[in-house]
This record gives sequence, C-alpha cells and structure tokens, in this order.
Amino acid sequence: MTDIVERARSQVLERGVGLGYDDLVEVLRLPDERIPELLEVAHAVRLKHCGPEVEVEGIVSLKTGGCPEDCHFCSQSGQFTSPVRAVWLDIPQLVKAAEETAATGATEFCIVAAVRGPDERLMAQMRDGVRAIREAVDINVAASLGMLSQEQVDDLKEMGVHRYNHNLEAARSYFGSVVTTHTWEERWETCEMVRASGMELCCGGLVGMGETLEQRAELAAQLAELGPHEVPLNFLNPRPGTPFGELPLMSAADALRAIAAFRLAMPSTILRYAGGRELTLGDLGTRDGLLGGINAVIVGNYLTTLGRDADEDLALLAELKMPIKELAKTL
Amino acid sequence: MTSREFCGLCGKEAAEAGHPDCIVLLALEPPRYCTRCGRRLKVQVTPRGWSADCIEHGPLHG
Repeated sequence: MTDIVERARSQVLERGVGLGYDDLVEVLRLPDERIPELLEVAHAVRLKHCGPEVEVEGIVSLKTGGCPEDCHFCSQSGQFTSPVRAVWLDIPQLVKAAEETAATGATEFCIVAAVRGPDERLMAQMRDGVRAIREAVDINVAASLGMLSQEQVDDLKEMGVHRYNHNLEAARSYFGSVVTTHTWEERWETCEMVRASGMELCCGGLVGMGETLEQRAELAAQLAELGPHEVPLNFLNPRPGTPFGELPLMSAADALRAIAAFRLAMPSTILRYAGGRELTLGDLGTRDGLLGGINAVIVGNYLTTLGRDADEDLALLAELKMPIKELAKTL
Repeated sequence: MTSREFCGLCGKEAAEAGHPDCIVLLALEPPRYCTRCGRRLKVQVTPRGWSADCIEHGPLHG
C-alpha cells in the first residue's frame, strides 16, 4: 500500500478526487515531523483546484445571546452561565459594519443571529437590513440564522442573500455530545434545502471539542458528502460558563493536520479560517495554514470575541502573494 | 474611602489575585463587566470594534 501523502498527491492533487474516511484518519495520525510535507501537498491541491486567490469575509452578530439551543461550545446559549448578554444590532449599525467590512477588500459580509431558527421579527429585520446594505455597500450578503423552513429559504433567496451558513458543527457520531436540543439530521435537512434553492451553501464545524481523530475524519467526510460551496473551520475557543469551557486548547500540530485533512477531503471547496485560530495557531500557525490548504479568512472580529487586526491579515496575504478575490469574480 | 475596581473579563474585584490570564485574554475579548461597578455589560462586537453599555455607567467603546 502506498504512503498516504503519496496517495494524496496522486489521487487529490493529480485527479482532484478527495480522500475518503479511512485515508483521512491516516492523515490525522501522521507524526509531527511529516506535517510540513502534508501541508505542502494540501497547499498544492488548493492552488491547482481553487487558484491562488483568498476570499475575505467579515461577520457580525445581528442578534446576540439568549439562544434557546444548548450547543456546548457556544457562549450565546441562554442555558449556560456565560457572561454574554442578549443584544440586537440596529439597521444603521448593520450597514456601518458592512461598510467597514467592504473597506478591507472583503467580498462577503455574513449576518448571524443566535437563534434556533428565525422568527417573523428576525426575518423582517433581515429584509430591511439586506435591502439597506445592498443600497449602500458593494458586497455579497450571506446569512446564518439557524434552521430554516422552505418558506424562509425562499424568502432569503428573494431578499438577495447569496450564501447561507449552517454548520454541521460535529460528526454525526459525536453530535449528541455537543448539542441535545436539536439533531444532526435537522441541520443536514436545512443544508439540503439551502443548496436546492440555488443559494450557495456554507457548512463547516468545529474541531478540538473532545472528538476522536476518527470523528474528526468523519466530520470531514460527511462535509465532503454534503458538498458545500464553503467550509468554515473553527477551532474550539473554550468559553467561560459553557460545558466545553474547561476543555484544553487543541494543539497547533493537530489543527494543521485538520486543515490539511479537510483540504484533502474537499479539493475544490472554499476552506475558511473561522473562529479560534488566533489562540490555537497564533501568527506562525496562521501562516502555515494559509500555506496548507486554507483559501479564505474571516477578517476582524468574530461574533462575541475579537480577532486579529484585519490589517495584519491583509498584510500577511500580501506577503504570501495571495491576491484577495474580487467581487466581480464571486457574482 | 477608596473606590473598588473590577475585572472587565471575569467581573471579580481587580484587587483579588488571579487576573493575569484575564489581562492576557482581554486582548482577544471585549470586556463583559463594568470595571467601575462589576455589573454585566451589554456588548456588541462589530468587525472592527466593539461597544458596551453599563446600565449604571453608560457606554464604552473599543
């Protein structure tokens, strides 16, 4: 049997066929000294199947905190003793956030709400907000509002939302240890409805939540089966007061193996750095990931925590000679 | 009488021992508690900043 890195080179790099579950487990078990060659192959896959450009996105929380769900990693659940309080963003602030995001060169602006699914009030706020942003700012508007009905999918598409985020969060076999208030299958259903609507589907998850390497590989394989346009990859940032608040940070080596594995599972998907990279990878690891399969970043702050300064990330992309994807190419 | 100060991250009195981690983490966190009264803040994070509001001491920005 050939070596897994060589197999990745011939199967994924040359033929564009993603690795399956068994191979992904093998990738995640590679020793530290083989990480550089693993990242080199993952980077070559990204360049060949996605190109050199990096997609830049900003995100903002339209409705923070007070969520009825119990996602164990999330500080916005109303079921935990997290210090995050409920707050709503108004439309002028939303437009300002979109303008700030566009000023970084970003082509994506994602509006997020901490809810099980949107109610009438939230959908009305979205309708007004998306319209106001589209009138004022030249940027693609994405949304992440939890589980949707078919009618809500249709409404969001009608509003001009071009991409919808709904993460699987964890492998199917581990999901019950992460969330008990809804099922993995419910998430999958929303993802399928979004994809069928013609909106782009953004679907990823978190690693470092206490899952096994096998479950990490399982998540990558399940995402590959779903086939989203974009996969945001989060690294657990243990939040005070949540059930996962005392978990240790994932090691940088494990995070880099995960990045490479996700890229080798999905050669042509947009693979985005999302939350937790600052703590898990630091500056050096962030660079390694960009040279190991990542081709999209969230710049600036996250929903409830702060990120690296957007200018630092943009300077890093310039240094790595990775052009930022332009708006015209995303439409 | 001297006024008390509170940790913006954990909300405990700043004079108490055990805040080095909080100080480090505040580089990647907005404050969650008012440093003047220790009340929980309403915090809105935006792509390039944050704002917070204390019911007693009003708005903060960063």
